[in-house]
Amino acid sequence: MKYLILVYSNPESWEHPMFVRDPGFLGLTEAERADVVQEAEALHAEIVASGELVEGVALADPVTARTARPGAGGVTVTDGPYLETKEQLAGYFVIDCDTPARAAEIAARFPDARLTAVEVRPIMTSGGEDM
Amino acid sequence: MTAPPTPTPAAVGELLRELAPQVLGPLARRSARFEDAEDAVQEALLAATVQWPVEGLPDEPRAWLRTVAARRMADQLRSEVASRRREERDAARAPADARLAPAPDTEGDVAAGVDDTLVLLLLCCHPTLTPSSQVALTLRAVGGLTTAAIARAFLVPEATMGQRISRAKQRIRGARFALPVGAEVPTRWAAALHVLYLIFSEGSTATSGADLHRPDLTAEAIRLARLVRRLRPDDGEVAGLLALMLLVEARRTARTRADGSLVPLAEQDRALWDGDRIAEGVALLTHALPRAILGPYQLQAAIAAVHAEAPSANATDWRQVVALYGLLDALAPSPVVTLNRAVAVAMADGPEAGLALLAPLAADERLAGHHRLPAVRAHLREMAGDPAGAEADFRAAARLTTSLPEQRYLRGRAAALAPSS
Repeated sequence: MKYLILVYSNPESWEHPMFVRDPGFLGLTEAERADVVQEAEALHAEIVASGELVEGVALADPVTARTARPGAGGVTVTDGPYLETKEQLAGYFVIDCDTPARAAEIAARFPDARLTAVEVRPIMTSGGEDM
Repeated sequence: MTAPPTPTPAAVGELLRELAPQVLGPLARRSARFEDAEDAVQEALLAATVQWPVEGLPDEPRAWLRTVAARRMADQLRSEVASRRREERDAARAPADARLAPAPDTEGDVAAGVDDTLVLLLLCCHPTLTPSSQVALTLRAVGGLTTAAIARAFLVPEATMGQRISRAKQRIRGARFALPVGAEVPTRWAAALHVLYLIFSEGSTATSGADLHRPDLTAEAIRLARLVRRLRPDDGEVAGLLALMLLVEARRTARTRADGSLVPLAEQDRALWDGDRIAEGVALLTHALPRAILGPYQLQAAIAAVHAEAPSANATDWRQVVALYGLLDALAPSPVVTLNRAVAVAMADGPEAGLALLAPLAADERLAGHHRLPAVRAHLREMAGDPAGAEADFRAAARLTTSLPEQRYLRGRAAALAPSS
């Protein structure tokens, strides 16, 4: 079963990996920071080695985003992201794992989960069970 | 000298998949290094894929593969010895070639071949592996599929599937290449049959014809189940699993419309069911049931057989289906079995009886967030003349499913029940 993991971040400046620019992270002691970085690297290595990571993508700064939406006289394209929130989508991962519980476990181990939020969503399939 | 007729690449592929476990088994047994033997056999298979369609089949294809694989493995060992010098112990014992060289087939080897393939399957389904790793490794080592083909079947990049397979091989490094003994025997076999079942259901829920290069996992699972059945003819659960696969596969063309939408069992055009597969499944079951120890696969196959032999949904022997689900619920209880049993009870004794069976499942955590409970309840509420309740349940189920065709079906049922305004 495939899942999309959406990593949200609220960094001081847009720089990947985003969590290292998060005020919450910057407020940690040096030793604590080293632990967080090490855990993040371990998670990445783990899901690569297990064959669970399908794809991982880092997104450019939201200032580079353009949004198309309905306007007077048709669709208009404006500068900036769709949602003007503090927390922005920093990147996404596609994972393929055995259970929803494992997907949630992976999401919870992203450092961003303790700083902002990491959302995990099942990806729909085009197959169906016999009914 | 006339050149031998050259086989088509497809024919070569089919032959190689059949020979793969027969080549890998003895090599893994003799070398006691499954992961290296597996790599060497994959290289030999690749070499054959390239050479045979051009040069024709060798006189003894299996012996050819065994020789090439043994040579690759010997090369590999030698280079390890040379570069790292950590294999001195191995090298001192015997020259690598002598240890790995294929011995001529004797009768003892034929028996060993039987065991080797089964040992291989059980090793690939080792309890330390996750289900998806067991599936991937089984398809490669026993099924002889390439990593690229397995990746296409599961719609993931080849690198992802390659990682999954090499991690799985690392995990079972050092596991003994022998049939399990003692108390773990039943659980090891149950795991292996479950892996074949997972391969089958991955294939049978896939949309047909979307990608011609995607291997047909349903056909592959049936082929592997046939192989295990040949090697374990007295195991009733193996027969039951193969029968179940054949009986479900028989309905394949009736399950979906041309536009990809799903047709539930009750509405399927039974003329489209594959009579040959049904006959084979029923015959397997008829042979196994009186002789073997009863198990969940035989029971599920028996239920599928009752459906297969019914001229229509209404003319189905629902009493028998209820009785079989009762046995299954006692033997291998699960909330999914209870759900199916509730449908059968509703058909035999009326929707209220079915709904009564469903009631306790609402509190079952194993079904929490799953679409199947509201989907089944919706059907039973519709039968019971509760269109509002049924509509709400169909909509709830449609929101929870992660299958696009199921969602379309469930929304369609909800829309049909909505009060017209």
